[in-house]
Amino acid sequence: MAKKLMKGNEAIGEAAIRAGADRYFAYPITPQTEVAEYLARRLPEVGGVFVQAESELGASNMIFGAASSGKRVFTSSSSPGISLMSEALSYITSAELPCVFINVCRAGPGLGGILPSQGDYFQATRASGHGDFRLIVLAPSTVQEAVEHMMVAFDLADKYRNPVMIFADGLIGQMMEPVDFDAVETGTPADHSSWAATGANGREKHIIKTLYLNPADNEAHNHHLAEKYATITKHEQKHEMYGGLGKPELIITAFGTAARVCKTAIDVLNGEGVDIALFRPISLYPFPAVAIDELSRKAHVKQFLSVEMNNGQMIEDVRLYTNNRKPISFFGRQGGIVPSPEEVIDAIRNLLPKKATAAAKKPAAKKTATKKPAAKKK
Amino acid sequence: MAEKTIFCKPEAMSSNHTHYCPGCTHGVAHRLVAEVLDELGMRERTIGVAPVGCSVLCYNYFNCDFLEAAHGRAPAFATGMKRVAPEKIVFAYQGDGDLASIGGNEILHAANRGEKITVIFVNNAIYGMTGGQMAPTTLPGQVTTTSPTGRDVELAGWPIRVRELLSTLRTPAYIARGSVHSPQWAIKTKAMIRKAFQYQDKNTCFSMVEILSTCPTNWGMTPTDSTKWLKENMIPYYPLGELKSPEGADENFERMTGVAK
Ligand SMILES: Cc1ncc(C[n+]2csc(CCOP(=O)(O)OP(=O)(O)O)c2C)c(N)n1
Ligand code: SF4
Ligand SMILES: [Mg+2]
Repeated sequence: MAKKLMKGNEAIGEAAIRAGADRYFAYPITPQTEVAEYLARRLPEVGGVFVQAESELGASNMIFGAASSGKRVFTSSSSPGISLMSEALSYITSAELPCVFINVCRAGPGLGGILPSQGDYFQATRASGHGDFRLIVLAPSTVQEAVEHMMVAFDLADKYRNPVMIFADGLIGQMMEPVDFDAVETGTPADHSSWAATGANGREKHIIKTLYLNPADNEAHNHHLAEKYATITKHEQKHEMYGGLGKPELIITAFGTAARVCKTAIDVLNGEGVDIALFRPISLYPFPAVAIDELSRKAHVKQFLSVEMNNGQMIEDVRLYTNNRKPISFFGRQGGIVPSPEEVIDAIRNLLPKKATAAAKKPAAKKTATKKPAAKKK
Repeated sequence: MAEKTIFCKPEAMSSNHTHYCPGCTHGVAHRLVAEVLDELGMRERTIGVAPVGCSVLCYNYFNCDFLEAAHGRAPAFATGMKRVAPEKIVFAYQGDGDLASIGGNEILHAANRGEKITVIFVNNAIYGMTGGQMAPTTLPGQVTTTSPTGRDVELAGWPIRVRELLSTLRTPAYIARGSVHSPQWAIKTKAMIRKAFQYQDKNTCFSMVEILSTCPTNWGMTPTDSTKWLKENMIPYYPLGELKSPEGADENFERMTGVAK
C-alpha cells in the first residue's frame, strides 16, 4: 500500500482498527484527543464501538469489563488520565486480561502542561497502581513505529494475557508523517474461549476476579504472575543500535522522541569523526537488559549518557542493567521542552576528552556542511 | 404417590453456603435475582458484575458467568461488557457504599447514557464489609463507627436517595425501589427485578432496582429487630415503588423539572 500522510494520534487509531480492535473507550485529554475524535468518526464505519466515558476511571473500567469478553479492546489517554487508569491497570493485570493502553505522555507533575514529555517512564515501567504488576511497554519514536507497535501490541496482549502500553509522547501524537499500514502484519486474535465471560451456555461458569482472601492462594497467584513477567523479560526485549564508527566510546541511551533528536546529534558528530552511538530501548518493559549489559562490558565503551525528556528516570535502569560498570551521565529537558540536537551535541562534547573532540571537530566541520554523514544502522 | 417438587434452589444459584451473617438480606436479594434469571431463561447468556462490599463473593452463589469489578466501578465495567456483547444480559450487583459513594459518577453516567444494563442496588444504609461505617445512605441520627453520635446532617449532609436522583435524568430508564423486609415486599421486589431484566432483554433502557436491605451485624440488632427498623426508619425516608419507567419518560421529565418536552 502507498504511504499515507497522517497525524500520529489518528494513525494510532487506524492501526488499532487494522489490528482487529474496533472497541474503544476513552475520555478527552490533550495531546491525545485526536485518537478519540478520529475513532468517533471511523469506528461506526467499520461497525465498531466507541464510548466516550465519564472519566478515565470510567474508561479504564469499561476496558476491564470489555476485555473480559476476550475481544480486542483498547483505550488512550495522556499522563493525568493514565494516573486515574492505574486502578484498572492493577485489576486488569491481576485478572490477566488482554488489552492495550496508549499514553501520549505530556509534561507533569500535576496538571503540568500539554507539551511532549517522558515524565511517565517510572509510571509506565514500575507498577503505576497498587500491587506487584507489570505492563509490557513499547516506546515508538516515529509515527510509523507507533503504527507498528499498535499492531503487535494486541498480539502481545493476547499471547501473555497482559495489558500492553504504548508509550508515545505529545510530539509523536501531534506530528504528521507518512505511514504504511501494510509494513507489519497483525496476528489473528487468539482463542480466549477457555476463560472469557460469554455466558455459561452449556459449560461451567467462568469467573474473572482478583480477590484472593487466602494468603497462600494469593501468593500462588503472585508467583504465577512473576513467572509470566520472567517469560516476558526473557523473550520480549527490543532495542535499536544507531550510529557509531566501529568502536564507540560513548553510548547515548534514549527512547522515543528524545532518541530521534539524539540520532541527529550522532549523525553530526559521527560525521566529524567522533565515535559515539545510540542505544534505543524499544521495549521499556522489559528493559533491553541483555543487550545493554553486553555493550557495557566492551572495552571501547567508556561511558554512557542518558538523554531523556524528564529529570532522569530511565537512567536508573541504565545503571541497574550496566551494573554501574561505566560512568553514566544525564542530560534532559523538562516541562514539555524537546531537547535540540545542538544542546545534545554540547552535552556530549562536554563529556568527551577535549583533545579528541577538538581534533575531530575542525576537519569534519566542513564535511558536515556539505554532505550529510552516512549513519550506520545495525 | 410420585413426589412433586414444590420448592427448589433456582438453577441460577449454586449450592454453596453463603458467608453472609445470619439474618442478612443480601441472600434474599440474590435469590430473587436468580429466580428471575431462571424464569426468563436467561442464565446461560447472563454475565454478572460483583461489587466490592459484602457481596464481593456473590459469584460463588450465582451460577452464571461473573466478573469482579473494582470498588464502585461496576456500572463502567458492565458498560464495557454490554457494549462489546450487546446480545448478552449484563447486570451489576452493588451495595450503597459502592454505588452511591465511591461509584457515584459511574452509576450516574451509565444511567444517563442509557446503558442497557440492569443494576441491583442493595441499600443497607451502611458500609457492611468494612465494619459499619457511615454510607451516603445512612439515616440522620443513625449511629455508625464513623458517626458515633449519629449522622449529623449539618456535617455529613442528608442521605442520598439514589432512586430519586437518577429518576431526574431525561434519558428513559426503569427505576424502582423495593425491599426485602417482608415476604409481601420480597414478591413485589421480584416483580420489579423481572421488569428490569425484561427491559434490558428488549434493549429498551437502563434499569435499576434499589432494594432496602438489612445489616443486623453492623446495625447491632437481631434479624427481627432489623426488619422492624428497616420498615419504621428506612421506608419513610426511602419510599417504595417504581419512580420511573421508559413508557412515561416525557411526563416524568415534566413532573420532575417543570419543563415541557
Ligand atoms: C478503592 C477502595 N477503597 C476502599 C475499599 C474498602 N471497602 C471495601 S467494601 C467497602 C464498603 C462497602 O459498603 P457497601 O457498598 O455499602 O456494601 P455492603 O458491604 O454494605 O453490602 C469499602 C469502603 C476498597 N476495597 N477499595
Ligand atoms: S456485615 Fe451486614 S451486610 Fe455484611 S454480611 Fe453481615 S449483615 Fe450482611
Ligand atoms: Mg451497604
